[in-house]
Amino acid sequence: MEPAIRLQPGKGRQVLICRGTGCESQKANLIFASLEKEMDKAGLNGSVELKFTGCHGLCQMGPTIMVMPAGTFYCNVTPDDVSEIVEMDLVKGERVERLLFLDPKTKDRVLDYRDMNFFKPQRRIVLRNCGFINPEAIDDYLAAGGYEGIKKALKMTQQEVIDEMKRSGLRGRGGGGFPTGMKWEFANRSVADQKYIICNADEGDPGAFMDRAVLEGDPHSVLEGMMIGGYTIGATKAYVYVRAEYPMAYERTVLAIDQARERGFLGKNIFGSNFDFDIKVKLGAGAFVCGEETALMGSIEGKRGMPMPRPPFPAVKGLFGKPTNINNVETFANIPVILTRGGDWFAEVGTEKSKGTKVFALAGKITNSGLVEIPMGTPLRTIVEDIGGGIPNKRKFKAAQTGGPSGGCLPFNHYDVPMDYENLTALGAIMGSGRLIITDENTCMVDMAKFFLTFTQKESCGKCVPCRLGTKNMLEILTDIANGKGTMAQLAQLTELAEDVKAGSLCGLGQTAPNPALSTVRHFREEYEAHILRHECPARVCVRLLKFEVNADKCTKCGTCYKACPAEAITWRKKEVATIDKEKCIACRSCILACRFHAID
Amino acid sequence: MREKLQEVFARHHGSRDALIPVLQEIQGVFGYLPPEAMDAAARFCRISPVEVYGVATFYAQFKFDPVGRNTIMVCQGTACHVMGGARILEEVMNQLKVQPSQTTEDGRFTLETVACIGACALAPAMFVNKDTHGRMKPEKIAEILNGAGN
Repeated sequence: MEPAIRLQPGKGRQVLICRGTGCESQKANLIFASLEKEMDKAGLNGSVELKFTGCHGLCQMGPTIMVMPAGTFYCNVTPDDVSEIVEMDLVKGERVERLLFLDPKTKDRVLDYRDMNFFKPQRRIVLRNCGFINPEAIDDYLAAGGYEGIKKALKMTQQEVIDEMKRSGLRGRGGGGFPTGMKWEFANRSVADQKYIICNADEGDPGAFMDRAVLEGDPHSVLEGMMIGGYTIGATKAYVYVRAEYPMAYERTVLAIDQARERGFLGKNIFGSNFDFDIKVKLGAGAFVCGEETALMGSIEGKRGMPMPRPPFPAVKGLFGKPTNINNVETFANIPVILTRGGDWFAEVGTEKSKGTKVFALAGKITNSGLVEIPMGTPLRTIVEDIGGGIPNKRKFKAAQTGGPSGGCLPFNHYDVPMDYENLTALGAIMGSGRLIITDENTCMVDMAKFFLTFTQKESCGKCVPCRLGTKNMLEILTDIANGKGTMAQLAQLTELAEDVKAGSLCGLGQTAPNPALSTVRHFREEYEAHILRHECPARVCVRLLKFEVNADKCTKCGTCYKACPAEAITWRKKEVATIDKEKCIACRSCILACRFHAID
Repeated sequence: MREKLQEVFARHHGSRDALIPVLQEIQGVFGYLPPEAMDAAARFCRISPVEVYGVATFYAQFKFDPVGRNTIMVCQGTACHVMGGARILEEVMNQLKVQPSQTTEDGRFTLETVACIGACALAPAMFVNKDTHGRMKPEKIAEILNGAGN
């Protein structure tokens, strides 16, 4: 990956500190303040620029600091490390060895972030500025070539912009994968006195933080994408619908809008054209279903966020009954670059039908959790092994879960599958908005399906019967199976029901809610059968099926379980097999997680 | 209460699409939605109180009872679930002796769950008011709860 922003001539070195939600929650604010003070004390204010930025991506190692142009990448920085960084690196020009990234495979310290396996396979288009510019300074965005895309678009006709978008092959990044150019064309063709653009930032899927990182790290790129969309479809008003759980993303978006308005980039006759455009921010109120476009519009109108049957599509009759175009945050962030560099340039990245890059939020049982952007078509193996640094604690990769409660899983035998829309759909998983949860052998797939169904059942808005009752019924079956009370007839019923809910539900929530169950049954049928026929949970997760007995054959008498038990239920002496007192055992599974040898049943 | 409500209303147009921001600001002031405030919001947005109740009860964010002096939020997102978030929640429930979205008898803590806060790299995560506690373990909970304000 390369920063899109080059150091301006005359400017010396830069210290970039990540202040995204991940790093900020680990005291990045204190580190920033302390850096300011220490740099001032060392008399560096003229020569070294201190800047706080959005997410650097490697959240696992946060808080992180980058020193540019050398590309030095410091991990897990604490406020106590600041004086050393200032003295060693900024004054003397030497690196603080112990804070450099430690490659998990070679055990070497990496000097330049560009050589880190985490960054090497990445290609940053959406996150081009994220981590390099100050998200609260519009001048930083301008210096990185910001607002050039809209200026160029305003000199083109609406149809020319649509054609450029079609040439780029960009597809909706919210999960559906619908071609953006075509979507804009529909909205453009609708005739009305008022049209709307909406940016969907209601990233409600548990385990997703891509859109949040974009809004926190580079909010202007999203605003610019919305302006281009507004011009193209003929909309003068726009909304960004942000989740209430993301206060920082909300604040930075509001600030960016204020700055753009001050400069005259928003308002009447923007950039000297005769095009008027303004953006408002709406805060969600905690309803997952509002990520669905018709429900989202209901929510903006002040109603219960319940989906509406389509047609009419939003492009014809949307917000306040007017033609509306909704795109996701990541889609909008792509658009300014497509305009400045051209659709053909964009289309060179990716696979035949999936162009460009995709941002993934990588989390779960993985060494390097964080935010990554890869060209479409990158194999899962590269993401897990190279970027992610493999599975921690010497455990084995089991499956990658994509698409959250709407998606499915990719098991090990599809480890080399190129990740694009078509391949993932064919395997029963979906691209989704980009969460990628890695699981290892200690993750139970029945439990996973149950977890997602619990979520969708709770979040089902209740408007249509297949979703309201279907998700509840599926959850009941999964709970029975997880408790060892399931039957093979129920398993058959589960898949049958899943197909019905998929076919009969009104909106995307219900249509995709059965996917986690269907996909786990498809790829891990033997695990379901183990629960049903042998009353066993192979991953040792489903508590009702666990015996909490030590298997003397497998036990290496190491005592790890004894130390892990919070209830003092385990007795163990050196060179003896441990025993568990069932009276005292609280079934917390601490011993099972601690034991490397699978010796506890 | 009337004055505080007037302050909120002064920032909005009295129309239906202002309802959710108005309710959010009311909750920001009182910590929950008092019934009288919802009636006032209905008059202000020119819709019936029934519709206001309908909207308010639909969204998970709105609360109808006063909250405790500290809010404990335990993340139940996918990453946290895979990393053992359910155990964290269980232990907090044990120690506080409340269920999610309940408040302890002494009014010190309200327990909430959240579907994902986006701090997935820190999983499992919990939050005490605005402080994040990442890579949680059950044995760390007592200390964190003790450290919260009275």
